Amino acid sequence: MKIEIMHQPNMLIACLDGELDEYSAVSVREKLDRAIDLAVVQNFIFDMSRLTFMDSTGIGILLGRYKKLKAKGMCIYIAHPSPHIDRILKTAGIYTIINKIA
Amino acid sequence: MNNQFRMKIKALTENVAFTRSCISAFCVGLNPSLEQLDEIKTSSSEAITNAIVHAYPTGGDNFIYVEVRIEDTNLTIIVEDEGVGIEDISQAIQPFFTTKAEEEHSGMGFTLINSFMDKVDIISTKDKGTKIVMQKNIVESTNV
Repeated sequence: MKIEIMHQPNMLIACLDGELDEYSAVSVREKLDRAIDLAVVQNFIFDMSRLTFMDSTGIGILLGRYKKLKAKGMCIYIAHPSPHIDRILKTAGIYTIINKIA
Repeated sequence: MNNQFRMKIKALTENVAFTRSCISAFCVGLNPSLEQLDEIKTSSSEAITNAIVHAYPTGGDNFIYVEVRIEDTNLTIIVEDEGVGIEDISQAIQPFFTTKAEEEHSGMGFTLINSFMDKVDIISTKDKGTKIVMQKNIVESTNV
C-alpha cells in the first residue's frame, strides 16, 4: 500500500494506491496523520482511484481522519472510489459526513 | 461442480491479504461477476481479520482455519479460531459496535458480511473459539 501526498493550491490530495486492510492500516494512518498535522490548507481529498481493495478497516481510518481534519476546520472529500468501495462507503454511511466529489 | 480446500494460517494480519486472495481465486471456477468476487473478498477479509484481532488477546502462536466449499453454485466459507469466543453475538453484529474503538476499529465488519453474503452463521463458545460460516449462491454471470 502506497500513499502519495500531493500539494495543490489550498488543497492536499492523498492518493491511496493498493490494498487497505488491517495490516496496511498502521503505515497508512501514520502517513495521513503526518500530512494532516503539517497541513495549512482548507481542503483535504482522499483520491481512491488507485485503491484496489478496502475493508471496514478503511472506514475506521476515514472516521479517525475526519475527526482530525474537522478539528482543524478543514473540508474533506472522497474522489474516485471503485464501485465496490463506493458501496462499502455507502453502507457505512460515510457520505453523510464526507462528500464524494467524483 | 464440487470442490473444497482447507488452510491453516498463523494469526497474523500480514496473512489476511494472501488468504482472501486464495479464497477469491478458488471461487473463480464458479464464474462469479466482478461484483460477486469483490463481495467474497471483502467478507473473507472481515471474518479473517476479526479472528486475528479479537480471538487471541494474549498473543502467542495462534492459528486460524479457513475452509472453502463449492457445491454446485453454492459457496461456503468457514473461518474458525480457537480463541476467547464472542461473549454477546447479537451485540457484536450491531453496526458500529466495537470493543477496540481506541484502535479505530469501525465495528462494521459483520454489517458488511451480512450485506454481501446470503447467509451468515456465527457459532461461538467462551474460551473455545468462534466459527463463522458464510454462504453465497453464485448465479452464473456473463460479466468478465
